[in-house]
Amino acid sequence: MPSPKRIGKIEFGLLSPKEFRTMSVRKIIWADTYDDDGFPYPQGLMDLNLGVIDPGLRCKTCDQKASECPGHFGHIELAKPVIHVGYTRMIRKLLRVTCKNCSRLLLSPEEIEKVIGTEDDSTGDVLSEKDIKKERVCPHCGEQQLKINFEKPTTFSEVQVDEGKKIEHKLTPADIRSRLEKIPDEDLRHLGINPDVARPEWTILTVLPVPPVTMRPSIILENGQRSEDDLTHKLVDIIRINQRFKENQDAGAPQLIIEDLWELLQYHVTTYMDNEVAGCPPARHRSGRPLKTLSQRLKGKDGRFRGSLSGKRVNFSARTVISPDPNLSVVQVGIPLAIANEMSIPVHAAPNNIDELKAMARNGPSRPTLNHPCGANYVIRPDKRRLRLAEGNLDTVADMIEPGWTVERHLRDGDIVLFNRQPSLHRMSIMSHRVKVMDGKTFRLNPAVCPPYNADFDGDEMNLHIPQTQEARAEAAILVAVQENILSPRFGGPIIGGIHDHISGVFMLTNQVRWFTREDVLYLLKSTSIEHLPPPAKEVDGVQMWTNKQAFSVILPDGLNMVFKASSCANCDTCIKERCERDAYVQIFNGELITGTIDKKAIGAFDGQIVQRIIRQYGMKRAADFIDDMTKLSIRSIMLDGFSFGIDDEDLSKTEYGQIGEVLDGAVTDVQKRIRIYEDGQLEPMPGRTPEETLEMQIMQVLGKARDRTGEIAGRHLGLGNSAVLMAVSGARGSMLNLTQMAGCVGQQSVRGERIMRGYDDRTLPHFKKGDRGSDAHGFIKHSYKGGLNATEFFFHAIGGREGLVDTAVRTSQSGYLQRRMINALQDLKVAYDGTVRTTGGRIIQFTYGEDGTDPMKSCFGDPVDVKGIVESVLKEEV
Amino acid sequence: MSTKLNVLEHVMVPDHEIMSEEEVGTLFSTYKITSEHLPKIYHDEPAVKIIGAKVGDVVRTIRTSHTAGIAESYRLVVKRPKK
Repeated sequence: MPSPKRIGKIEFGLLSPKEFRTMSVRKIIWADTYDDDGFPYPQGLMDLNLGVIDPGLRCKTCDQKASECPGHFGHIELAKPVIHVGYTRMIRKLLRVTCKNCSRLLLSPEEIEKVIGTEDDSTGDVLSEKDIKKERVCPHCGEQQLKINFEKPTTFSEVQVDEGKKIEHKLTPADIRSRLEKIPDEDLRHLGINPDVARPEWTILTVLPVPPVTMRPSIILENGQRSEDDLTHKLVDIIRINQRFKENQDAGAPQLIIEDLWELLQYHVTTYMDNEVAGCPPARHRSGRPLKTLSQRLKGKDGRFRGSLSGKRVNFSARTVISPDPNLSVVQVGIPLAIANEMSIPVHAAPNNIDELKAMARNGPSRPTLNHPCGANYVIRPDKRRLRLAEGNLDTVADMIEPGWTVERHLRDGDIVLFNRQPSLHRMSIMSHRVKVMDGKTFRLNPAVCPPYNADFDGDEMNLHIPQTQEARAEAAILVAVQENILSPRFGGPIIGGIHDHISGVFMLTNQVRWFTREDVLYLLKSTSIEHLPPPAKEVDGVQMWTNKQAFSVILPDGLNMVFKASSCANCDTCIKERCERDAYVQIFNGELITGTIDKKAIGAFDGQIVQRIIRQYGMKRAADFIDDMTKLSIRSIMLDGFSFGIDDEDLSKTEYGQIGEVLDGAVTDVQKRIRIYEDGQLEPMPGRTPEETLEMQIMQVLGKARDRTGEIAGRHLGLGNSAVLMAVSGARGSMLNLTQMAGCVGQQSVRGERIMRGYDDRTLPHFKKGDRGSDAHGFIKHSYKGGLNATEFFFHAIGGREGLVDTAVRTSQSGYLQRRMINALQDLKVAYDGTVRTTGGRIIQFTYGEDGTDPMKSCFGDPVDVKGIVESVLKEEV
Repeated sequence: MSTKLNVLEHVMVPDHEIMSEEEVGTLFSTYKITSEHLPKIYHDEPAVKIIGAKVGDVVRTIRTSHTAGIAESYRLVVKRPKK
């Protein structure tokens, strides 16, 4: 499967002054643009020969109107040659490798042959600057060569060593040009330059092309004033100086003035090409803003390449702030009515939908409330003419509609749309949802789909795209739908699942055994999709009671068998399974939760064992339904008891504060003891470490252990009744470490994994004695966030906190660029139907995708077959 | 006098072997490719030199794989282009 055309070679050349003149339609000599009547000056920068931008005028070159004339180049004859900044490297190289007298290569034919080989056996190499030794004598004319100095941006000079003194002698562009002119064609070929298309003297400009006005249009401001493009401003500068230069030259001005003017002309031409060259102050606008000249138009993110050519803007898209709505399904997206009225879907009229379409046309371009049927914005006739629907023509247009016409109707509930959040780092960043038209001004989404988009609601905005063809809608529905993307190809597990309150809620619902009356069970389950309740587990005094496990079980599919340990599992040495004290041993038999607590491990995003199992056994659709039911059930369950966290939730009793104080005091004394041992020289260093390092490690260890002990004390006191503990244990948010820091002790602050050592001489802060190695002098915070930090502790905390911020800032930019490069390299590879990974040219990269041909999305956390899960679901016990 | 190092004996170096013309024929027909679609290996690679493969030969590499246990790959020996 060869590509239809292959590129054999690409030739890069320079434009010669001759070519500049041939392509020019007009010599430009005046720096002015428009006269008082607003008419372009002939031979000025806006000359009518260069193309027209004002409507009504005709181009003098091609006689076309403003909209058709592509524009034509003009030229400026420079008074003296100037260097083109883009070629300074090449000029430097050529000056260094050629003789200052005869301009031949500074190598004898034998030396050249050594590098590039003979005619029959060429090495493919070209000569480089390194092949020529410094300050040698020319092998052709015997002239002693001088060192060529190059000073950015455009100054070249020769260094002459005279009696030990160095004398720099400047080379004018004219000098350089005459040297370059003399380099023989044959020598250039050895240097990898094709003299037919790129004579080196063309890098020194004698003529400057003036780009057509179409690429530097002037704009008319509101007050009627004309504002010229940056390029025009720069060209005005060049022509002014050029003119003055010429006059001075003709008048026979002194050499000094000529040189100054020459340099000024060089500066203007340099900044005209590139206004960000090193060693050259950028040319500025009157307001102080640097001018955007030629190179700036091409470079960078908003430049011609990345911004205009590869950058894409699209129609049929909307963007607004997102906010959560737990009552929506995960496959839905809430869309403001205002957006739904603006966005449209083309529908072709046919005999069986024509009445519906006529009704839509009659409804007109704005739907007043959610309850009104959807309308339409445009009607397209078979001849592609668009008729805008507006108040007044609705009935006339609607009556005209016949099969073959197209109606652009509004969005309505159930339409399929693409939803996206930047940065689009993986495929789940764009998923298709079903429309739900809503009041308000934000996009609404179920919080369970936040993880794949990495979205939160602190002001995030998202984009929406409406597929316009049947094919696009089919692809969106079959490939891009939310339920098809529950599994992440990144790790072969569900990326959509319960988050935060879903996990807290379902944990509170299922932990241990609770009994609910009919009223409570119905409250919990009324927003789910289930249709009937299971029989009650017991009846006390004529009151029917259901267990909490029953309430959860109704949303599980029938026949589901699973055994696993929950997030709250403490990893005891010997597992006592169903008799677990923490109720962490989860058993689901035949779709019935027997024991165990449902938490992050079971339904969480990224973990979601139950979701994973349902996908394997019952498919994507059932899993999406389960997630919908689960989120709704857990939200109800968290509301049943209520859930909050406040400052007094971190309160401990006097006993605990006493214990924590003891632990910390003990640790501080322990540290002091170890320091004393070290200072007495009694410390036994650990293998491969100095005594200092050993001491530091011991101190870190002692203090770390002390902090953990305070956490244990606090955790023991608070227990599952505390919201923070509940969230940490269930995996909803935060960890026991966070709780330790709030209630117990913040602990050691570190910079690069070590205690804080920086600051003044031999001490971190003036509050401490010089040479103090104690715990509080090096960033150990023995207070808790609740208790409050003292001044030195606060400062150390800021030091440690800053390191974390810098780390994340550096990491995101680095990994972003890394990923960009990787995507650029891999974007065109695809897995062919025979399982090979191939380039677009059919060349093989891998003979089997991933060497085992496994689709990571369909794998189970990387394994091709979920053996453990299958065996467990059959045996109904953990293996 | 030093004994010549055989890179193939190193644990990190996968097995290389020259494929017979017949094997290459089946390889090309199973993947419906020509030699230009194969991954390349330079003629002066240590492993290629040891097994004595010449430019135009196809080398089979058998390496242990994290995902598949053992994975085979086929590479065409080409002359290293001059810099």
